[in-house]
Amino acid sequence: MSETPSTPSGIFRFLDKTGRTTVAGIEEVGNGGLMVLESLYWLFLGFRVKQPVRLNAVIQQMTEIGISAIPIIALLAGSISTTLAIQGIYTLRIFGAEGHVTAGLAFIVVREFAPMITGILVAGRSGSALAARIGTMKINQEIDALKVMGINPVRFLVAPPLIAMLIMVPCLSMMSNVVGLFLAGIYINFELGISLAAYLDQIIDILKVEDVLQGLGKSAIYAIEIAVIGVVNGASVRGGAEGVGKATTRSVVQSISAIIITAMVVVILTTL
Amino acid sequence: MADSETQSTEKVIEVEDLVTHYGERKILDGITMDVRDGEIMVIMGGSGSGKSTLLRYLMALETKTSGTMRILGRDIDDLSSQDFVDLRKKLGVAFQGGALFSSLTVGENVMLPLYEHTKLEIQTMEIMARMKLQVVELGGFEDLMPAELSGGMIKRAAFARAVVMDPKILFCDEPSAGLDPAVASALDDLILTLREAMGMSIVVVTHELESAFKIADRITVLDRGKILMIGTVDEVRSSKNERIYNLLNRVPEDDTMDPDEYLARLTGEDFDIGNQPL
Repeated sequence: MSETPSTPSGIFRFLDKTGRTTVAGIEEVGNGGLMVLESLYWLFLGFRVKQPVRLNAVIQQMTEIGISAIPIIALLAGSISTTLAIQGIYTLRIFGAEGHVTAGLAFIVVREFAPMITGILVAGRSGSALAARIGTMKINQEIDALKVMGINPVRFLVAPPLIAMLIMVPCLSMMSNVVGLFLAGIYINFELGISLAAYLDQIIDILKVEDVLQGLGKSAIYAIEIAVIGVVNGASVRGGAEGVGKATTRSVVQSISAIIITAMVVVILTTL
Repeated sequence: MADSETQSTEKVIEVEDLVTHYGERKILDGITMDVRDGEIMVIMGGSGSGKSTLLRYLMALETKTSGTMRILGRDIDDLSSQDFVDLRKKLGVAFQGGALFSSLTVGENVMLPLYEHTKLEIQTMEIMARMKLQVVELGGFEDLMPAELSGGMIKRAAFARAVVMDPKILFCDEPSAGLDPAVASALDDLILTLREAMGMSIVVVTHELESAFKIADRITVLDRGKILMIGTVDEVRSSKNERIYNLLNRVPEDDTMDPDEYLARLTGEDFDIGNQPL
């Protein structure tokens, strides 16, 4: 009896799917990188071809991404910093060292938590909105409409939110530092009796400029990640409203994952 | 049928042996056609015939596999990116769903090409946008958002935006789709009015026979990515070609298709020609 060709086994299908997913992922990263470069081109050289990035579009995005997010980011930065202060005092009290809580708190808030919480909230609010907006525009042929009008979609749709995020995420992160440390200071004052002035002096003594810059640098990286992931997911939408929903969800999950992984990589690199 | 006196023999679009693929699949096969200055060319065909795809290539939104294409005398293979921008200022497109930007008002939508490509004062742009909206009978609607308009009004606003830069060629994708007969007929009249008032060449993709016969100077009939015939309304109507007869007499395509081919099409891989990165 002649052998009949066997159907692809589960392992081959798995490898095939894994390979395709990997290639698609690499393609998305490449598209994201190209969009960042193209956005920078339009930002710095767009005026030479009479197609500048519109300042009012950037300001509008800065308002949506930054100003509107101030209350929720302040609330969460304050809550998390206070929680860290409570847990820090609880842990250090075991060793009789609760008076040193300010040092740990200052480092972890400025270098890690303030940029991370800010990034996660911006990803949830603005990264998802960006993916939904671009996805909806794509299925409604609005991106095609831009192209046929001779308007570059990257200049019109990608550069303004990218620039706005690069400006506003570090600003919001700085605000998170201030609000978080201030509210934690109130709790420490209440719990340990350290005056706010003494608490502030301790923070100024402990923190170096590099610590603040590290946090702000991370915020800038998070900003690029959020914008690029939002745009790439929005641009890959297929299949109508359901596709927009999937892209929005993917965008949030990927942005938050990217932020947390970046935080880990940076802390490993800077403490080695 | 449209008045053919307004057209000349000068060609604004020339396509020769256009072939396009999506993956392994051939979408358009050996398309050779032209559009004359001032004429209304209707591209007609059944679902999946490739007419909307052909329109995307005529608008230079896609990259062809082979063949040559000249738009307004320029070979699109020889154009730099700046030349493309300059060329596109001379093209207007009214998309099937209107493609108005939902975050802008109707007036801002119409003004957008002026805002991006001219250095006119805002007040001048507003006046020009209002004038174009009046041409499409939407005067006074400039402050409304697209979501506040009916389907027919959205299409009219899309026409106003498409013609705000006084283009040489206007492309319309399924202008009558999804509209009631009265509104669809009014849009056909609008297309004729725009041609008469502005003297532009107009390429219309439609599967609405009544609309095609009303507005067309010439009709290109597509079937499965190939041109079946190009001719005047009378020539198409009197064609003896079986597939054209089926199309004109609304004989369902699936009744005429080979069962194996039909199954192959049903089980074929989905594709989305518009699914390109930004």
